[in-house]
Amino acid sequence: MGVSRIEARFADLERKGLAAFVPYVVAGDPDPDTSWRILEALPAAGADLIELGLPFSDPMADGPAVQRGASRALAAGADTAGVLALARRFRDADAATPIILMGYYNPVLTFGLDAFASAAAAAGVDGLIMVDVPPEEADPLADALEAHDLALIRLATPTTDEARMAIVARRVRGFVYFVSVTGVTGGKEADAGAIAAQVRRVREVSGLPVAVGFGVRTSERAAEVARIADATVVGSALVDEISTALALNRDPAAKVLDRAAAMAQAVHSARARG
Amino acid sequence: MPLVLALEQAYAEAKADPAFQAQLESYLTTYVGRPSPLYFASRLSEHHRARIWLKREELNHTGSHKINNCMGQILLARRMGKTRIIAETGAGQHGVAAATACALFDLPCVVYMGAVDIERQAPNVQRMKLLGAEVRPVESGSATLKDAMNEALRDWVANVSDTYYLIGSAAGPHPYPMMVRDFQTVIGRETRAQILEAEGRLPDALIACVGGGSNAIGLFHPFLADEDVRLYGVEASGEGMESGRHAAALNGGRPGVLHGAHSYLLQDRDGQVLEAHSISAGLDYPGIGPEHAFLKDAGRARYLTATDEEAVDAFALCTRLEGILPALESAHALAKLGEVAAETGPEGVIVLGLSGRGDKDLAAIAPRLEGRSWA
Repeated sequence: MGVSRIEARFADLERKGLAAFVPYVVAGDPDPDTSWRILEALPAAGADLIELGLPFSDPMADGPAVQRGASRALAAGADTAGVLALARRFRDADAATPIILMGYYNPVLTFGLDAFASAAAAAGVDGLIMVDVPPEEADPLADALEAHDLALIRLATPTTDEARMAIVARRVRGFVYFVSVTGVTGGKEADAGAIAAQVRRVREVSGLPVAVGFGVRTSERAAEVARIADATVVGSALVDEISTALALNRDPAAKVLDRAAAMAQAVHSARARG
Repeated sequence: MPLVLALEQAYAEAKADPAFQAQLESYLTTYVGRPSPLYFASRLSEHHRARIWLKREELNHTGSHKINNCMGQILLARRMGKTRIIAETGAGQHGVAAATACALFDLPCVVYMGAVDIERQAPNVQRMKLLGAEVRPVESGSATLKDAMNEALRDWVANVSDTYYLIGSAAGPHPYPMMVRDFQTVIGRETRAQILEAEGRLPDALIACVGGGSNAIGLFHPFLADEDVRLYGVEASGEGMESGRHAAALNGGRPGVLHGAHSYLLQDRDGQVLEAHSISAGLDYPGIGPEHAFLKDAGRARYLTATDEEAVDAFALCTRLEGILPALESAHALAKLGEVAAETGPEGVIVLGLSGRGDKDLAAIAPRLEGRSWA
């Protein structure tokens, strides 16, 4: 399926006039079983696409929330093969919700680019976001993904100017991930007006749906983003729920899913109200 | 990515500008104290049976080679109109050099330093604070140099409009490894002129410690085309290669990507980066500058290893024989002098890059010296 599953999902949402709600969770966080219970229930909580984090020891584009999540997952034994197995299990249960893996290059390089693309496609994964591979260095990865009909999803940021946008848009498929702040995940909020103009620009140049993430922590913010972008990505706020639940000795899955459901509700009702 | 592209362009312009080079040269002469001496270490020579010269980078202002690079980059930062400087540091030598350059030019300075390193390099932390820098402890990961670099990169991407990231080693994304090398090649250029003057010929071997590898690449680079000059880098093998607790990326790692560089890397079978281990905080980095990876693969340089124990022994030996306290980092190179001397023979001319002074290491080294006859 790959790229076409992502396209089908965005086409469906467009028909309904809805923005997509895209939760991000770290695969294997805080442990394999809990991670599965979260992933399995995300579509029912309102997830339209899912970003599944490949844990990495040195996640330099992420803030403390996601780094803690990655550390928990690695400590609980997460590895690339395990993440792919988790995706496979999800795909067996849900044929329609796209899964996008998001992570860093070294584990993928270690697995082997072609071997990874092949295994990811077989596991029912639809796309990949590699935050530390700039477009200039991405051709080998793009080749491997294309051969298996997987989408290479790229990041654009507020510092991506006109000339650079053309480079970013090259070989990108599925959607473009617009990082709404200059900084790491879970950081401060950016001005909605400024984001709106940038999202329009990214959409025009790429011809693809635009997802906005980094710095979306509240339902109000999620709704605001849903009115200007094609998808709202929520990550750190969900991963933080796991930290909180663990500290309070509660079930992390329940906390994450409650928060995801509230965010999804805000995203899906945003345009009707707005 | 636009931020490193902008840096690459600004550096290319500065490099080609004679006014920039003249300004740097002036600071290196009058402020840093260059050229650093090339000293004939007669007692080490006698001990190891070779003609051993020490390139005295520890005599630079701030006590190490790190200031060479900091002066270059601070002038570049000013040229780019940046008003805030951030840096990462392991042993604190680069942090001190960066804080010094910032004091000189009245720029605010934030130094990211692993919490573990803050503890074992207390004198340098004090120095940075006295110089007006803010030292931010990094608790994540192994709380050492790589984690400090993660944190500095996060700061940089969040504050790119006014902030310059002053990387201290020949690591990180392009153009840093090249730029840091360029600023450190003053070591090798001076050495070349000095040894020709003193010995009337090129040396048989150069030897330097490698963590990220900036002092070694600075020493080696002007000699790369001289194929008769053997090049030896010395990595930290910590508690021993077989223990798994080491910092020897070239000898014990394999190619990977970290901090925007493709080079040898300590990593597990799944590509997760492993913590490096060394008594010397300045060598405690799981990667290595990409040019060293190239020199290794090309067979141009050889990379040896020295354990914590060997470094401590060499530290003590150099102190006793020459009256010079070397940094624990440099002591790793000193530890392999015997091995290199055996290859070059008694008439062999060896230049060792003495990258830093060891005063900062007294607290780390004291417990190791207890119970020894010369303690």
